Parts: sequence; C-alpha cells; structure tokens
Amino acid sequence: MSPLLAMFVAERLVKLSGVDLAIIAFYFLLVLAIGFYLKKFAKTGEDFFLAGREMTAWVAGLAFVSANLGSLELLGWAGSAYQYGIMAAHWYWVGAIPAMVFLGLVMMPFYYISKTHSVPGYLKLRYGTEAAGLSAFTFAVMTILMSGVNMYAMAVVMKVVLGWDINFSIWVSSLTVGVYVAAGGLFSAIFNEVLQFFLIWFGALLIPILGLIETGGWSGMVARIQHNFPGQDFTHMWAPMGSFANNPMGINWIGIVFGLGAVQSMGYWTTDFLVVQRVLSAKDIRSAKLAPVIGSFFKMAVPLIVILPGLLGLAVLPMHLVPASDLQAGQHSYNEVLPLMLARYCGPGLLGLGITALVAGFMAGMAGNVSAFATVWTYDIYRPYLNKTAADKHYVSMGRWCTIIGLIISIGTAYLVMGFASIMDYVQALFGFFIAPLFGTVLLGMLWKRVTRWGGFFGLLAGTSSSVTMFLLMKYSPETWVPIIARSPLAKGLAQDMYQSLWACVTCVVVTVLVTLVTKPKPDQELVGLVYSLTPIAHEEHASIFHKPAFWGAVAMVLFVVLQIIFW
Amino acid sequence: MTEKHHIIPVWFFVGVLLFVYGILIFISGLAELSHPPDTVLSNLHAPVWWGALLIVLGGAYCLIFRPKNT
Repeated sequence: MSPLLAMFVAERLVKLSGVDLAIIAFYFLLVLAIGFYLKKFAKTGEDFFLAGREMTAWVAGLAFVSANLGSLELLGWAGSAYQYGIMAAHWYWVGAIPAMVFLGLVMMPFYYISKTHSVPGYLKLRYGTEAAGLSAFTFAVMTILMSGVNMYAMAVVMKVVLGWDINFSIWVSSLTVGVYVAAGGLFSAIFNEVLQFFLIWFGALLIPILGLIETGGWSGMVARIQHNFPGQDFTHMWAPMGSFANNPMGINWIGIVFGLGAVQSMGYWTTDFLVVQRVLSAKDIRSAKLAPVIGSFFKMAVPLIVILPGLLGLAVLPMHLVPASDLQAGQHSYNEVLPLMLARYCGPGLLGLGITALVAGFMAGMAGNVSAFATVWTYDIYRPYLNKTAADKHYVSMGRWCTIIGLIISIGTAYLVMGFASIMDYVQALFGFFIAPLFGTVLLGMLWKRVTRWGGFFGLLAGTSSSVTMFLLMKYSPETWVPIIARSPLAKGLAQDMYQSLWACVTCVVVTVLVTLVTKPKPDQELVGLVYSLTPIAHEEHASIFHKPAFWGAVAMVLFVVLQIIFW
Repeated sequence: MTEKHHIIPVWFFVGVLLFVYGILIFISGLAELSHPPDTVLSNLHAPVWWGALLIVLGGAYCLIFRPKNT
C-alpha cells in the first residue's frame, strides 16, 4: 500500500445517498458549462494567461486566497490541529497575514507596473535571463508535481471516504480540469476558485457550529480536551513557545517568527507565482494592491473551518487518532479528522455538499497549478528560448496545449506518487527549496538598485543549493544535522522546514550581496518600474480613507495582533 | 466584473450553485424530519435551516447579479 493511501483507513468512511450524488454531479456540470462559456473570451495572451487583467479586487482577492485553500491543505491542517493543537493556526496567521499585507502594499505595485506575466518574467526584466530561466524551470517542475500530487491525493480521499476507484477519480477530475482550463485559461481557473471558496465555507462551516453546540462552546471544548488528553496544552499559541521542549512541534518562537513569518511565509505569498498570478489579473493598480489585503481577512478566518474542527475532534471523537506511520487496522489517522467530523454531523445533502467542497478544492488545486505551468512555460521558457517571434495567437494556442500536456504529465506524476515512499514530503521540501531563496532574490531586486545581474543569479543558485543540501543532511544524518540546522534535536518535520528556509534565504542574501559588490550594476534607466527608489508609485491622495489599501492593511494587522493576544 | 468583455459576473454562478444546493439540501432536510439520520445533533435539523440559508443567499446573488444587469 502506498504511504499516502496508508494515511487513511482502509475502509469507507461514509456512504453517499442520491441527493449527495446529485450535488456532486451538478458541480461538475456547472464548471464545465462555465469553461465552455468563458472560451469565447480567452482569445489573446492577456486574456488567457492573465484573465484580461480586468478582475475586481474582490474576485482577485478571493481567487488569491482560494488558490491556497486546496483540499490537501484542509485535510492536512485539520490533522495538524488534532496533532499539535491551535499552534497549527500559526500557518494561517503569522504565516500568512503580514506577508499578504506586505505583498499588497509594497511588492504588488512593481509586479503590476512592470506588466509582467509572471514572477520569472519580473526576474528577467530585473536581472536577466539567467535568474529568470533558473526560476522558470524550477517552478514549471514544481507546478506539475504539485498538480499530480493533488490529483492523487483526491483519488485516495475519494477511494477511502467514498470507496471510489482511484483510476476513475484521477481521469474524471483531470478531464474536467483539462477541458475547462484549456477552454477559458485563467478566467476559468479564477471562476472555479471563487466557486470553490463558497463551497468550502458552506460545506465546512457547519462542523464548528454543531461542534461548539455539542461541547457547550469554547470553554466546554477546552474542558473536554483537557479531560481526554490530561497534561497537554492544545489551546495556546505562543505560551508553549518559550523552549523547544514545551511543545509537540519541537520549535521555539524564533523558528516561528523568523523561519515561518519572515522567510517561508513571505516567500510563498509574495513570490509563488501560483498565488501572485491571481492578483496580476486585477483590473488596476488599486485593485491589485487591495486584492491581497482582502484575501488576508478571509485567510484570518480560515482556522474557523480548518483548525477548530481539528480541536473539536480532540474534544468529541470517541477514539484517539494516530500518526499515519503508526496506523493499525481499525484505527484512524490524524488526516482523517475532517472527514470523520463531517460524517459525525452531516447527513444526506449536507454530506454531499461537504464532499463536493473537497472535490472542488482538489480540482482547483490542479487547475491553479496547471494554469500557472502553462503561463510560465509559454512566457518564460518557450517564448524567450524556443520561439521569440510568434504571433500572440500562437502563444495562446501553446498555452491551451500546455494545459493538456501539463495535465497528462500530472497524471503520470499521480501514478508515480503511488510507487514512492514519502513523496509528499519530498514535494513539499522541493517547493521550499525554491520559494525561500527566491524571496531573497526578488526582495533585494525590488528594494536595492545596486543588485547586479550575476548577484541575483548566483544568490538564487546558492540559496536553492544550500536548501537542498540542508534537506539531504537532515534526512540522511538527522542525529548530527538536525540539532545544528534546526537548533534542537527535538525539532520535528515542520520545525526543520522553518529553519531550512531561514538559512536558505540568509545564504541567498549573503551571496547576492557579495557577488553584487564585485560586479557591475545595471544603469538606472533600465531599472525604472522595477526598483523602489526609481519607480514613481501612484498614490490615491484623492480617495477616501476607506478606499485606501493601506488603511485596510492596517486594519488587518491590528486584527492579526488581537487574535494573537486572545489565543496567546 | 468587466467592462471590456461583458462576462456574466462570477457572483451569478455562485448564486446559481448556492440556490440549487439550497433547494436540494432543504428538501432532503424536510424528508429527514420523520426519519432523522444517524448523525450527532440530528434533532437540530441542520439541513432545513442550512438549506434555507443557501436558498436565500443564492437567490439574492442570482437576483442582484443576473446577466441583464451587467
């Protein structure tokens, strides 16, 4: 049995009724119909790859946050909440909100003004083809791997929760995603992400509502958790962060604040093209700045439907869930907490809605990765290196074919995943290799005009290489290297990731600065629109305070701080 | 949502989805009144009020963002 399949129990958790199947079928019909409807609007490159750059701040903001709200995330983080308690919410708050606000207020103007189609596209303008090529190639590989993993994870969940055949799930979901993304490009992906956002909220919100009714509110839930797991603290976020030994993650506040908050989160939310592409679709610069800020408010609320069900699972489930690696017959793993809670409270109809929300989340995950792959391949690999002079129509056609080809490769990846142990860990780690150093490269490029072409390239290369090296050292010689890199022998996987990201970003910045100091910078006139000190940013002096992204960014940060204090 | 392409707003599709789901879940909830499912707190009849909420929200979205208004 593959490791991912073993993460879930080998028996079907729920049985769907006719109305549940009708709900799932209607979702598939609607997204296909929307894809065909949008096809006629996706004619030019800007339409297909950037949704015509005419999305409102709300649509771009919801798609932005939704692109990160896949089912893999939902199931995984609900499981982490069961395992680590409310500390898992760090990945939604300190691990997201400051970065989203920073993207909107500081970085988005550069992406938007430079009229780039992608993050590697920005690197090409700022540094040249070397850094852009390295980033584009790595990103293309990552998106395909992630799409395949989403596909396989969905098939496994459907197999375990509903008893569906794995091949059936893989092919039906891929065909549907392929048809609607190839037809409408980013238009289709964004429309589906907005639908998915509503589905996930309405499909999952009943779990915390009914769970809190059952436990008698928050204090009742805490009392039950303390009764079920005496001596363990699952309901405080920062109090157990004083030392590595005080929490089950084996991390301290430095790892969370700097590794997660300052590097990994900043890297993911500001340079991962999958999410940034959604904001680039905004109709004007104010919408582009506002979209991530709007997204930050929704992101702040997501723990309600992800972390709280995990905590409620600790309080109300009659059995104790176990790690996937220790799973025995008749037991359930941490990752099953969300489906178990869904089955606990939801009968026919509501169950169909919850399952559709999961299916939509997986499909949106595939669509997001495949549409980002099509853009990066067409604009950052095919056009600069293989065919520089084709007409716009040709590139749109290439984008459509890339969507299909990307999905076929993803299907191959999905089947490949079945044969390898811990491939999920490897993919997550690979993603981290790329994102943390890229943040250093992009941020230095935006804020310091002196950074040179070779500084950017060698910094990115050194950051990525050091990240891979640290991963391999901790993987194959953990006794020696985990205490050095992650600063404690107690550091678990997530804690190791945080420190790996932190040191990779530091390496990238140090190498970039050193190489920059001995190489020749670009002339100022070539950096206008790409670097902070040389770019006139339009200010909204005449807009009321309620229309200013900076005001809402400040509100988001205040709310973020209040949440930290409440759950300290 | 768009001045250039005159695409039906995504909110209209959201409304259709919620409205259809609301009807299916509401009817299913009514059918369960006499035979409640074997779930925790089934006495609260969540599908009835959750379905009604979806119908109201979906209907409002369909009405406000219907294509002729775009």
